Amino acid sequence: MKPMNESRITFLSRSMNEGFARAVTAAFISQLDPAVDELADIRTAVSEAVTNCIVHAYPDRLGPVFLTLRLYENGKIQIRVRDRGCGIPDVSKAMEPLFTTGGEDRSGLGFSVMQSFTDRVRVLSRPGKGTTVTLEKYINRRRGEGTD
Amino acid sequence: MEVNIQTEPGRVIARLRGEIDHHAAIRLREKLDRVIEGGEYSLLILDFSEISFMDSSGIGLVLGRYKLMKRLGGHLLVRGACSRILWMMQMAGLEKLQIFETERTKKHETDE
Ligand SMILES: Nc1ncnc2c1ncn2[C@@H]1O[C@H](COP(=O)(O)OP(=O)(O)OP(=O)(O)O)[C@@H](O)[C@H]1O
Ligand SMILES: [Mg+2]
Repeated sequence: MKPMNESRITFLSRSMNEGFARAVTAAFISQLDPAVDELADIRTAVSEAVTNCIVHAYPDRLGPVFLTLRLYENGKIQIRVRDRGCGIPDVSKAMEPLFTTGGEDRSGLGFSVMQSFTDRVRVLSRPGKGTTVTLEKYINRRRGEGTD
Repeated sequence: MEVNIQTEPGRVIARLRGEIDHHAAIRLREKLDRVIEGGEYSLLILDFSEISFMDSSGIGLVLGRYKLMKRLGGHLLVRGACSRILWMMQMAGLEKLQIFETERTKKHETDE
């Protein structure tokens, strides 16, 4: 299925861009008229994925973060967050709750939060090449029911 | 992100306002730790009533301040967290740490 609308944004892995990524995502998906909770879920999931690029992918340099937003007729929102950073050696281990390589300030919950606030999380990573996180969420489900 | 830090004998009350992400958490941590380590405090209260957004960086911030207060022989309390934030903190297992303000801990504090 083709998206009915798409947006691509690239920004540097500066921490101030975490808020920027949430804001552009919220603005773009507002055309699907999400409920308050759905919007909060998506803002949180995007924040997690983008923060991981800033904190882990480029630990001691700045690099590009690629954000792709796709909206579909059936209410599906697809969000892709890609980096060209260090990559993840063992993705299934990294996705375990509480697993972190980050030290005292990180709780290792980013992937768990992404999983509980969206319908699907896919992670593709190649050490030394980078990581792509794809989030999918269906919105307006209940409001769509029963109409034509 | 804004924070209003009020100190009383033995305790620090930090009223947080706005969005807690990794960007905000770095600054918040510096401000809080400077105050906590610069005095003799046995209680840190983090008031989340005015927080409109938090991601897992906020959990890291709370856990880190919990460990700091324990190291100093004190305790941390979380006040006014909305259900969404509470739920994320529970996901992290924070309810085991007994940091959520209840009617009982509230009463205990005012009795002191
Ligand atoms: N884009 C990325 N590039 C490289 N490593 C990553 C990336 N995203 C995640 N990781 C690795 O996966 C681990 C788990 O990520 P997750 O977001 O679940 O927890 P965290 O970032 O460590 O902590 P939190 O998100 O709770 O602050 C990270 O500690 C890191 O090792
Ligand atoms: Mg993370």
